[in-house]
Amino acid sequence: MELVCPAGNLPSLKAAVDNGADAVYIGLRDDTNARHFPGLNFNEKRATDGIVYARRKGVRVFLAINTYPRPDGWERWQAAVDTAARLGVDALICADIGVLDYASNRWPDLNLHLSVQASSTNYEALRFYQENFGIKRAVLPRVLSLSQVKNVVENSPVGIEIFGFGSLCVMVEGRCILSSYVTGESPNTCGACSPAKFVTYKETPQGMESRLGDVLTDRYGKKEQAGYPTICKGRFEVGENTFYAIEEPTSLNTLELLPELQTAGIEAIKIEGRQRSPAYVAQVTRVWRQAIDACKQNPDRFSARAEWNRELGKVSEGATTTLGPYYRPWQ
Amino acid sequence: MSSNPRLSLGPNLFYWSRDDIFDFYAEVAEMPVDIVYLGETVCSKRRSLRTEDWFDLADRLSSAGKEVVLSTLSLLEAESEMLTLRRLCENSRFMVEANDMGAVQLLIKQGVPFVTGPTVNIYNPATLQVLANKGLKRWVMPIELSKETLAEMQAERPEGVETEIFAFGRMPLTLSARCFTARSHNLPKDDCQYKCLDYPDGRLLSTQEKKPFLALNGIQTVSSLTCNLLPETAEIKRLDVDVLRISPQSQHTGCIVEAFHQALQDEPPPPLDRYVPLGTCDGYWHGGAGMERLKG
Repeated sequence: MELVCPAGNLPSLKAAVDNGADAVYIGLRDDTNARHFPGLNFNEKRATDGIVYARRKGVRVFLAINTYPRPDGWERWQAAVDTAARLGVDALICADIGVLDYASNRWPDLNLHLSVQASSTNYEALRFYQENFGIKRAVLPRVLSLSQVKNVVENSPVGIEIFGFGSLCVMVEGRCILSSYVTGESPNTCGACSPAKFVTYKETPQGMESRLGDVLTDRYGKKEQAGYPTICKGRFEVGENTFYAIEEPTSLNTLELLPELQTAGIEAIKIEGRQRSPAYVAQVTRVWRQAIDACKQNPDRFSARAEWNRELGKVSEGATTTLGPYYRPWQ
Repeated sequence: MSSNPRLSLGPNLFYWSRDDIFDFYAEVAEMPVDIVYLGETVCSKRRSLRTEDWFDLADRLSSAGKEVVLSTLSLLEAESEMLTLRRLCENSRFMVEANDMGAVQLLIKQGVPFVTGPTVNIYNPATLQVLANKGLKRWVMPIELSKETLAEMQAERPEGVETEIFAFGRMPLTLSARCFTARSHNLPKDDCQYKCLDYPDGRLLSTQEKKPFLALNGIQTVSSLTCNLLPETAEIKRLDVDVLRISPQSQHTGCIVEAFHQALQDEPPPPLDRYVPLGTCDGYWHGGAGMERLKG
């Protein structure tokens, strides 16, 4: 099982490489990837430096071009694919059918991975991308239970990568437009969910309020720490109750599932968080490297060590973690 | 300029009782809609109609002169859902609306023409061309795309492919593994007690300022506001759109269809505000946030 770690900049890439990642995934500095945040990501020069650094230590670099170009942006996505090919990345992670078509025709030797943003939850969908564009691997959306993941792996024409740790998208990736419903910008079109420029915090007599656009996403009590106003992590009223109607602010952590994931034949575990700091990347990569190695050595006696979960808990959203959809009762 | 756009009735997104569904479609047979999409697109646990019943309904509406299209589930998770999907895709009589890429793949393998629903991501002409080469007959534009994008798509539309837009209804915004209606009753999905039956247009979710925001529809979340492009019919015609989709709601669907029918005949339509659960919006169409009401 390969460990695939996030890097939003060169220091994070180095942190991932130095702490045991098998592969690092990055994005370019524009809306061609789903972490299009100010100050984040790589220009061509930095990407080259990163690839050289990673290669020297035997680590592969993937590049995500995983948003959906509209007609007026098409050339930018084409140019991004060409840049990736020039850089010689080890794989390109794509979602859009048009982009995959262009990449597979123009650069037939380039390895293609299907992004989580392609929203493909079943093996028939994966067959489409394999037969038409020759994808080598697919990242599954975070909507399947563990037994459903196993079924996909058994029938998939390509290797499967799943999310192991990080902020949890509760909705099926690539088909959620809550963000653009409120702001006009979505991960699909603009590469960001709940973009920072629409976020405001205000102290009020009712407490600290967080808003996305005009929409009040939450109110915080004196002792509560205000969270980021991602719509699906807000507190809303349904019927008589005010609660986290969709999901609590929490992170996915599948450490304890590792032996099962290994038996299931999962090819790679992905860590979320290109928007997070180099310290986060270092810490999470280190823990997961140890855990995967321990699991490989002795899967029958593997258990998630308390200190690992403690370390991961410290960098988790809301400082809590969940097995998320892999664990059926969560659903 | 092609002929006048046709009207379609989209798949019903909500969970209604068996009787309510049959009553509804008996009325639909008399409505001035050209195309009717049938089937469960949200949750495979909703079984007031079995697949057989949907086929029967398809026959009935077809006999009433409607073009019937069978719609597939949007989020496929379990193998049992794949079996139903195969049955729909392998039916030899009715065209199928694919709502995910698994369905697209099965329909390509069948070698039959197909429709893609709004949750198949077609954002650019290159994607449209790939799918047109594989048998795409009609595409429903994804909900968040604007009339500017539509105009650019239409300019490069492959020969023989029709364009349909979501013109009226609470907009499907997202899908999840988790059932939010069950969660709002503190029930797990596996014991949901079919609570969706109590909310024929979705269960309202409001902000802490009591502003209506979304509506929970099982594993799907829809807008609380209703998309209404009725005031845009002249523009829609100019953009050479082939089909306008009206998404069913539990009340007044017939009045809404009638209003669109009038508008397409260039007769002044009645205002629709009194026929929707809350307010209307048109933001996506005008290139803004979906929930905005920019015109109309």
